[in-house]
Amino acid sequence: MAAYMSAGRSANAFSTHDFVPEWAQEEVSTGTTIMAVEFDGGVVIGADSRTTTGAYIANRVTDKLTPIHDHIFCCRSGSAADTQAVADAVTYQLGFHSIELDEPPLVQTAANLFQQMCYRYREELMAGIIVAGWDKRRGGQVYTVPMGGMIVRQPVSVGGSGSSYIYGFMDSNYKPGMTKEECLHFCTQALALAMERDGSSGGVARLAAITEEGLERRVVLGHQLPKFSNT
Amino acid sequence: MSSIGTGYDLSASTFSPDGRVFQVEYAMKAVENSSTAIGIRCKDGVVFGVEKLVLSKLYEQGSNKRIFNVDRHVGMAVAGLLADARSLSEVAREEASNFRSNYGHNIPLKHLSERVAMYVHAYTLYSAVRPFGCSFILGSYDQDDGPQLYMVDPSGISYGYWGCAIGKAKQAAKTEIEKLQMKDMTCRELVKEVAKIIYIVHDEVKDKSFELELSWVGEVTNGKHELVPKDVREEAEKYAKVCTTTTSHSFVFSMAFL
Repeated sequence: MAAYMSAGRSANAFSTHDFVPEWAQEEVSTGTTIMAVEFDGGVVIGADSRTTTGAYIANRVTDKLTPIHDHIFCCRSGSAADTQAVADAVTYQLGFHSIELDEPPLVQTAANLFQQMCYRYREELMAGIIVAGWDKRRGGQVYTVPMGGMIVRQPVSVGGSGSSYIYGFMDSNYKPGMTKEECLHFCTQALALAMERDGSSGGVARLAAITEEGLERRVVLGHQLPKFSNT
Repeated sequence: MSSIGTGYDLSASTFSPDGRVFQVEYAMKAVENSSTAIGIRCKDGVVFGVEKLVLSKLYEQGSNKRIFNVDRHVGMAVAGLLADARSLSEVAREEASNFRSNYGHNIPLKHLSERVAMYVHAYTLYSAVRPFGCSFILGSYDQDDGPQLYMVDPSGISYGYWGCAIGKAKQAAKTEIEKLQMKDMTCRELVKEVAKIIYIVHDEVKDKSFELELSWVGEVTNGKHELVPKDVREEAEKYAKVCTTTTSHSFVFSMAFL
């Protein structure tokens, strides 16, 4: 099936053979809505749980929040294979670096490792990643590494195909100085809105809060998600 | 104190029967023949002082510097074979640069000193090469770790310090350094003390003229390692000269009882 996939965006690959329908030849993508928010003392990250191959939902309970180190996570969007491969490589590099330094790694270091890989292989990869975590030097930090391999630190960041629908919500509802619970509520609402409108996002909302103490994961099931329309 | 290796000292790949690698020890002797360099860490920075002996009046002032910049926030003072030291400063610079390129932030000094020490150690393993004939002191200052000071010797071990000295008068310098309460001093106060120590340990009889090289990195320079500005250096040298002329006879007095 993969034999005729061209390098690069496989969503545009057309096969002249119809042994298998086109939708079965689509690359597995984490359609996705992902986001991360900084607060004083840590970060809150969130993602939906839908993985698609074309119109088929290959996994409706995906975990797109991937641990890179004890206090550092990444949110993956784009090609499932590409993001898993890059995340595995960075996890290895960061683990080695942390042992060499004999210190927990900085979030900035993790983000830079992602950035270097995503930029170097930008033509081959389809990966939009948000790196978020806590370290002793600078507390909670969110770095976004979109497709192409740029890097920028932001107090709040959204990504993935569903993000387009929630920029307005994010801009109008984010306030600096929110508490952990306020951030979790903010993320739940934003994810619910995106999952409602984006066909490639859905399932459950997965959230995680990372602080000095450690990790706290939550799942908000479909029926528990906030509803914004009355129909 | 010199011992003859008789056959076990011809290459670094040979141990002697009593478990010593003579080539490495000889390399350390090379350091002891060089003039003194000291580094002291204080509350808000690190100060280096080097007694640079001037062998000829024809030398241009300021040539053959013994203090190097390894990175913006890291400085290195050396003693021993200067050519070996220069080559190691390049190694240190590359390590610091590669680290920043890979990980996106300043290299922590402990890591840098371990990396360079590993490099120095590699040259003590083979008969095809000789060990580096120099010791060096690395110092840095940044917001998160504060002031840091590490020393690396030809055997390839690195040590963290509050104050250290290398070169011919290192014992005398160490004694003087131990008298200081460096944890409570600022860089400005320490610069004068460092100059004073170099002037004290300088041997007027054996070595004639010398140039004092002073550098610092800390809050006072905003984390940038640089040679001390002219006015600060002149003030420090004046203080040092005053202290040494008034105490010189007491120094001679104590020598009589050895």
